[in-house]
Amino acid sequence: MIRVDDGRGLSPSVPRVVIVPTGTANTASVVGALRRLGAHAAFATQGADIERATHVVLPGVGTLRAAMDHLRACGFDGALRERVRALRPTLCICLGMQMLCEGSEESPGCVGLGAIPAVAARLGADGVRVPHLGWSAVTWDERPEVAGPCADGDAYFAHSFAVRTPVEGWRAASATHGEKFIAALSRGGVLACQFHPELSGPWGQALIGAWLSTRESGGVECR
Amino acid sequence: MPLKRLIPCLDVRDGRVVKGVRFADLRDAGDPVERASLYQAHGADEIVMLDVSATPEGRRASLKTVERLRGVLSIPLTVGGGVRTLDDASALLSAGADKVGVNTAAVAHPPLITRLADRFGVQCIVLAVDAQRAAPDVWQVVVRSGTQRLDRDAVAWCGQGAALGAGEILLTSVDRDGTHEGYDLNLIRAVARAVGVPVIASGGASTVGHLVEALDAGADAVLAASMFHDGTTSIEAVKARLALRDVPLRLLQRSSIP
Repeated sequence: MIRVDDGRGLSPSVPRVVIVPTGTANTASVVGALRRLGAHAAFATQGADIERATHVVLPGVGTLRAAMDHLRACGFDGALRERVRALRPTLCICLGMQMLCEGSEESPGCVGLGAIPAVAARLGADGVRVPHLGWSAVTWDERPEVAGPCADGDAYFAHSFAVRTPVEGWRAASATHGEKFIAALSRGGVLACQFHPELSGPWGQALIGAWLSTRESGGVECR
Repeated sequence: MPLKRLIPCLDVRDGRVVKGVRFADLRDAGDPVERASLYQAHGADEIVMLDVSATPEGRRASLKTVERLRGVLSIPLTVGGGVRTLDDASALLSAGADKVGVNTAAVAHPPLITRLADRFGVQCIVLAVDAQRAAPDVWQVVVRSGTQRLDRDAVAWCGQGAALGAGEILLTSVDRDGTHEGYDLNLIRAVARAVGVPVIASGGASTVGHLVEALDAGADAVLAASMFHDGTTSIEAVKARLALRDVPLRLLQRSSIP
């Protein structure tokens, strides 16, 4: 287990990131990526941690129902919904992106956080292998708000469900696995990625770095 | 379709990378973290680490090595070796693995695959199948790090494993492992037809031509060990040559970095 200390005694210039435990996600890769970027990572233990943090990461693997049940049981759901609605710096990864949606075909009847007006649908066009495991090209329709000057690149995906319909009000990146789907959404300080930036090599690392530079006001400081 | 993946494999014993021929005559091939860092820098798409002495010694893969690898890797890490229970898998994932490989224990008790997939998600569960040719186009499953051949059809087992919840098949030809003779292409074709999940081809690669053949036979990713450990070629050079042969790949120089 990667140990995470409380961060006391750190310089104020070190970005402090709160990771939301979702019960099923293995967070070591996210913690590793944040450390390599010089950030400090800690885990949320109550909703107030999510409310207070300047930067929050919502990772996730497994099923939507299991993860949402865990979020609600820990009392994290309200604080998360609020910060995403306020467009505060929040990085949602893989299932974390689907948790922001209204729901997913994967878990019928399970209600997501509802901050993104969309439902995740199963991948599975003719002839493609599911799950979509591996690297695919990610193309932004327009420059993302969060990622500043981030360009397109190849990202690592590990999923069977995705948002496939346009989402009003959000800048989107798309990828293709048999059919086109939404690979990422950006609005204000919120960056939701269907792929795993923490596993997407130097490009993914740079994307997380750009998001870390996002300030509460929504502006981006380029490094 | 996703880009084709090139995956260096680290067979680890007592904290060192080893490599043999047909799972035997293991020789030292360096420190796993040094190897993995180098391969990542050269454009490896993923790292697979198999603790080859875990099952024979009745223990789980080395968590310390997994933690050290995670510290340096910003690409996916699959770890296999000695996974028998949900707790074993959970320990590897907590230490930093992104996917866990399961082999011997799943053969002995197939419902383990479903339990792992229900708990951690199908995308997290790699079924490692070691297959040995028994007759033309017939392969049998081999377990316990290549030491025990079973009367079980390997292609059918891959299909069953995928149906039970494996998100990926890591398919190793025991006959070709470490021989430099190229992959067992008929085995790859048979398994790629039998399953709807990605297939990683393993065992026998020594040339770029071998990699191309395996991808043409239906593999989604190619795994190689000796080829890179020997230092006769690098992942960078191999990828450049694969790109010239129109294999769609992740190339480091294409992804611009802000």
